[in-house]
Amino acid sequence: MKRLLWVPVVLIVMALAAWWWQSHRSNTASAAAEDPAIAAMLKDSSTIAKGRYLATAGDCTSCHTAQSGQLYAGGRLLPTPFGNIPASNITPDPDTGLGHWRFDDFWRALHTGVGRDGELLYPAFSYTSFTKITREDAIAIFAYLKSLPSIHEETKPLGLRFPYNVRAGLAAWRALYFKPGVYQADPAHPESWNRGAYLVEGLGHCNECHAPRGAWGGVEKGAQLSGGRIPGMDWYAPDLSTQAHGGLQGWSKQDVVDLLKTGQSSKGVAFGPMADVVANSTQYLSDEDLQAIADYLQSLPARPEPIAEKTSFDSKPLVDQGNSIYVQRCASCHGNDGQGVPGVYPPLDGNSSVLEPTGINATRAVLLGGFAPVTSGNPRPYSMPPYAQQLSDAEVAAVVTFIRRSWSNHAPAVQERDVIKYRHTPMD
Amino acid sequence: MPWVLPLVCMVVGGLAHADRPSVPDTLQQRIAACTTCHGAHGEGSPGSGFFPRLAGKPAGYLALQIQNFQRGLRKYAPMEYTVRQLSPEYIREIAEYFAAQQVPYERPPVPDLAPSFLRRGQQLVTTGDPALKVPPCQACHGKALTGTEPSVPGLVGLPYDYISSQLGSWRTGTRASAAPDCMATIANRLTPADITAVAAWLASHDVPADTHPQPAGSITPPLSCGVLGGQGGGT
Repeated sequence: MKRLLWVPVVLIVMALAAWWWQSHRSNTASAAAEDPAIAAMLKDSSTIAKGRYLATAGDCTSCHTAQSGQLYAGGRLLPTPFGNIPASNITPDPDTGLGHWRFDDFWRALHTGVGRDGELLYPAFSYTSFTKITREDAIAIFAYLKSLPSIHEETKPLGLRFPYNVRAGLAAWRALYFKPGVYQADPAHPESWNRGAYLVEGLGHCNECHAPRGAWGGVEKGAQLSGGRIPGMDWYAPDLSTQAHGGLQGWSKQDVVDLLKTGQSSKGVAFGPMADVVANSTQYLSDEDLQAIADYLQSLPARPEPIAEKTSFDSKPLVDQGNSIYVQRCASCHGNDGQGVPGVYPPLDGNSSVLEPTGINATRAVLLGGFAPVTSGNPRPYSMPPYAQQLSDAEVAAVVTFIRRSWSNHAPAVQERDVIKYRHTPMD
Repeated sequence: MPWVLPLVCMVVGGLAHADRPSVPDTLQQRIAACTTCHGAHGEGSPGSGFFPRLAGKPAGYLALQIQNFQRGLRKYAPMEYTVRQLSPEYIREIAEYFAAQQVPYERPPVPDLAPSFLRRGQQLVTTGDPALKVPPCQACHGKALTGTEPSVPGLVGLPYDYISSQLGSWRTGTRASAAPDCMATIANRLTPADITAVAAWLASHDVPADTHPQPAGSITPPLSCGVLGGQGGGT
């Protein structure tokens, strides 16, 4: 019985939040015409072109275009631990898209996370990051979206469970996790660094994957870009610090640029969800913007040394078994020393995806294999065989543990019971 | 001696990479993710009883299947993940590679079934079943069942498990083709026992000497098929 005590507490908090929200909600969309100065900008072809670039940099399509669906017509369901949230149609269709939206409606959604009818938006729409976007950039993005062909496509119904489907509850969530405000340049840093910070923390919304989340699904304060499990996806987005104990420790500026531009660098290959990000978004960024992102990531601080695990589990037999599997299956491409082949196969020694704390990425890479992203810099990528069909759970655990604990790698072991969890993860 | 410097570079370069695996710059090497199950030459994995042969199938058919995995028309998580980011150009190159391979067929394992099953299977393949409105497989997949250019696959040399699971997938909507989806219609008209019968007969059927697909335009589909550009008028 004791465990159910939280129910009335949550209900009371939600009721209070609902009352507060109803009494404070700003009134609904006005049907007034667009401000003439903004209306002129929305028709301007250079603004539209800029908006197209920014929409690509923000990877809007990754959520707002369904698999095999029309561009930006919505329809994709975003999995979250609380249920599925449908991405909306953002083409200018009057009934199902942004046709009746004025720029102020768009700005309010992007900047404050409030919909056109005054409803609080679910933060699956990453307004926690997009709030940093400048008004000028928002106008360009809106101009681009307004220039798209109209597609009539109803947004799918919300798939959240109670109590998460009560939007008023978001008022409490926002108080905990959301601080609205356009990005403010830091005069102590050069322009390129500030541009990088703006792209990473704002438009590119990297924190939505690359940061840990609390029980209520918000990014913890002070944990920005320090890596985290991606909600609902069973992948780990690594820490992005390039300094001591960082997930990208030892990555040069050029390595960061290479990965974002071509899908691979001398330190690793983008795979899983990051492969999609590179293919749909970052490969199209200008060299200046990629350099700016690298500048900013290079300035992230060193991380604390990970505390060595205290465990009674003896990984020695697992490592020995993994060693012989590695020699048979992996060494011909990744090398006996785990150094890989430059430009072809990634190194495993010091690889951020091998060393991330959970072991999910290395486990799933072994199970799934796959191609490096297809980019104009790497149009015919090499690939890795999937081993799900050839290795048992115990064998996958052994070879992943061997890789995580060989050469300069000292990451915790992965056990058979961990592999079972990821063998049948469905694709979205 | 101007030739000495390049020679020294070659020797030093060779030493520096002595430990590095040598990687051939070939398509076959690049597509290790495909060949590990489908075979280096698309011969399939007869021992596994599931992974289909790709060698010699029409390139248009193979490219379309990869795109159908990308579009979610065909559902099989390992394939969906592997091909999700491939470009149309790369898909075409990979499809042409497998279409051009000529490797001997191996006979896949077939379950031990009563002769009546095999007779029923042969009937469905060669004459169809008018009562169920099921046309013979040969009508589209070719007299010799080796497929028809450009987009109808051959049915010879495929594992029993693969054929029966594809027919099941058409019934459950985890494999689909452009509408009107004639194969979905046919699979839904078959009984489960018919699926066993037709899969077993096809998997045990002798492979003909000439395994090339029939030329394009050599068939008149009995049903309207989206994948064939909507030709064929039957229901």
